[in-house]
Amino acid sequence: MEFFSEFPELGRGDLRDFKKAVDFGFRSFSRAYGEGIENFFDPLLQFMIWFERLLINSPWPIILLVIAGLAWLGSRSWKLVLGSVICFIIIGYFGMWENTMATLAIISVATLVCIGVGIPLGIWMAKSNRVQSIITPILDVMQTIPSFVYLIPVVMLLGIGKVPGLIAVCIYAAPPIVRLTNLGIRLVDEEVLEAADAFGANYKQRLWGVQIPLALPNIFAGVNQTIMMALAMVVIASMIGVRGLGVPVLQAVSNQYLALGLMNGLAIVAIAIIFDRVSQKYGQRLQAYRKGHGND
Amino acid sequence: MTDTKIEIRNLYKVFGSNPEAAMKHVHAGFSKQDLLDQHGHVLGLRDINIKIKSKRIQVIMGLSGSGKSTLIRHINRLIEPTEGEVIVDGDNVMAMSIEELRDFRRHKASMVFQRFGLLPHRTVSQNVAYGLSIQGIGEGEATERSQRWIDRVGLAGFEQHFPAQLSGGMQQRVGLARALATDAEILLMDEAFSALDPLIRTDMQNILLDLQEELHKTIVFITHDLDEALRIGDEISILRDGEVIQQGDPQSIIMKPADDYISDFIKDINRGRVLEVRTIMEKADRATGPKMGIKTPLEDALQQLVNAGKDSGVVIGDDGKTIGKISMVNAIAAMARPDRGDEGPRYK
Repeated sequence: MEFFSEFPELGRGDLRDFKKAVDFGFRSFSRAYGEGIENFFDPLLQFMIWFERLLINSPWPIILLVIAGLAWLGSRSWKLVLGSVICFIIIGYFGMWENTMATLAIISVATLVCIGVGIPLGIWMAKSNRVQSIITPILDVMQTIPSFVYLIPVVMLLGIGKVPGLIAVCIYAAPPIVRLTNLGIRLVDEEVLEAADAFGANYKQRLWGVQIPLALPNIFAGVNQTIMMALAMVVIASMIGVRGLGVPVLQAVSNQYLALGLMNGLAIVAIAIIFDRVSQKYGQRLQAYRKGHGND
Repeated sequence: MTDTKIEIRNLYKVFGSNPEAAMKHVHAGFSKQDLLDQHGHVLGLRDINIKIKSKRIQVIMGLSGSGKSTLIRHINRLIEPTEGEVIVDGDNVMAMSIEELRDFRRHKASMVFQRFGLLPHRTVSQNVAYGLSIQGIGEGEATERSQRWIDRVGLAGFEQHFPAQLSGGMQQRVGLARALATDAEILLMDEAFSALDPLIRTDMQNILLDLQEELHKTIVFITHDLDEALRIGDEISILRDGEVIQQGDPQSIIMKPADDYISDFIKDINRGRVLEVRTIMEKADRATGPKMGIKTPLEDALQQLVNAGKDSGVVIGDDGKTIGKISMVNAIAAMARPDRGDEGPRYK
């Protein structure tokens, strides 16, 4: 009867040995290759440092102008431009300018990395069902595994700093762009593709002339989601040494500073909303041709 | 004069998990239904043999599920056959390498689709130039060359519109112009006008016939509409359950339907308008009565005979010489349906 009341477990000693073996294995791996990997990421680190300094050291009116310009380019809406500028002025007025710039820096770099890795991966997935069936579960893991769990090996390998922070953000933020690139390409109308084939398009012409342009609205929805998820990781990234709005939030949590937490939290929300609205407007403009009349 | 441009030889297509294995049952004489019930494979096409003449309009007609769209996609190999050959100008399309096939599709055969298949993110002008841009022709020249076809199909002024801004008929004009712009000798039209409403369809048929008079392309035209087939086809092949059941020019199909299926098919057409004098005339060097050309529909011929108060008329060739005669009795006999035995008595 004991069999039914007690779950047949691995012996305590065996379990300890198993954990030890894994820990030891990874530790020796990180000792052997950690430095090499760090060197590999060094150019990225230099770029991040340079970009963060650029944002922080530029005079604030110039940054405001650039933000207004980007918002205009993306949305073509005066309301959004005005709203963004006011948000950033309030953020600055409440003393969060520097942290906001640091956050913008890491979000921008993380988004670029996610796009650079995610879109080719999505294209590859769309091309082959086998690749899709291998990558999909990996994306599931990346999205659902608690962030702290993968912080451990990342920190063991690379220590504390900007690069491990960036990796942590990317692990969490990359899946939507991969998924939506794949989905967007697969949703392209079969008949249009058949027409491209019938006129003798090769793989490249088919991909760049038909599939990517028609998948663009979906790909863009992926970029939007990636930005949102990267912003959601700001606080966790600050735990492993990434500067930005997450740091004061973390302080506020451990010291029960309500006002500090609220201010910085709302600043993150404000940035998220600005990014979201501007990029959604841009995404809508990308599909203007789908509408029936009056948009040329 | 009319040599063979495309020859389809012993073409078979079986859909399913293992078409090659299923082929031996097909050769053993399994019917489409038996093959599906016993082996789970769908017989798309069985032993298709069609010779398509150069510079003519070949119509392939059949109801849905007859395999006609599958067949046309074999000509430019959008679908791979299970067995058989498609010979175009002496080259076997099925044996082409990927590069050769791409070249064939770019320069030799262009296609018009039932649901248009336009690129929604490109303007009318860019769509028409699509085939040229695929060939690697620069934007400037491609736009210039496509402009001629945009004008020709009556889309001038709409160059910068997107397909979604156009009506169905106009979208298919774009599709047609796009296919013509590559100057391919072969035009494959897969139910090109079926999605359009009747008036627009007649309009498009006229455009096509006008163009053909000037361009003399080899056109393979798929349709399920008999009136359309009779109107534009120089030759018609009728397909049922993946098999060709009759081939010939429209006149001979109406006069001599191969089986009950086709008789049934053609029973509702207006014979007087479709049948032409040449089909029923008797050869003669001399004759008296009103004169009429060999392509005069019987309807009009009868009208002329009645107006002239004669029982027979003179058939003249394109050069104006007398080549035969037509009698009112023959004309009326041809207009009567050959087979109406199963419809019961006309008078009670």
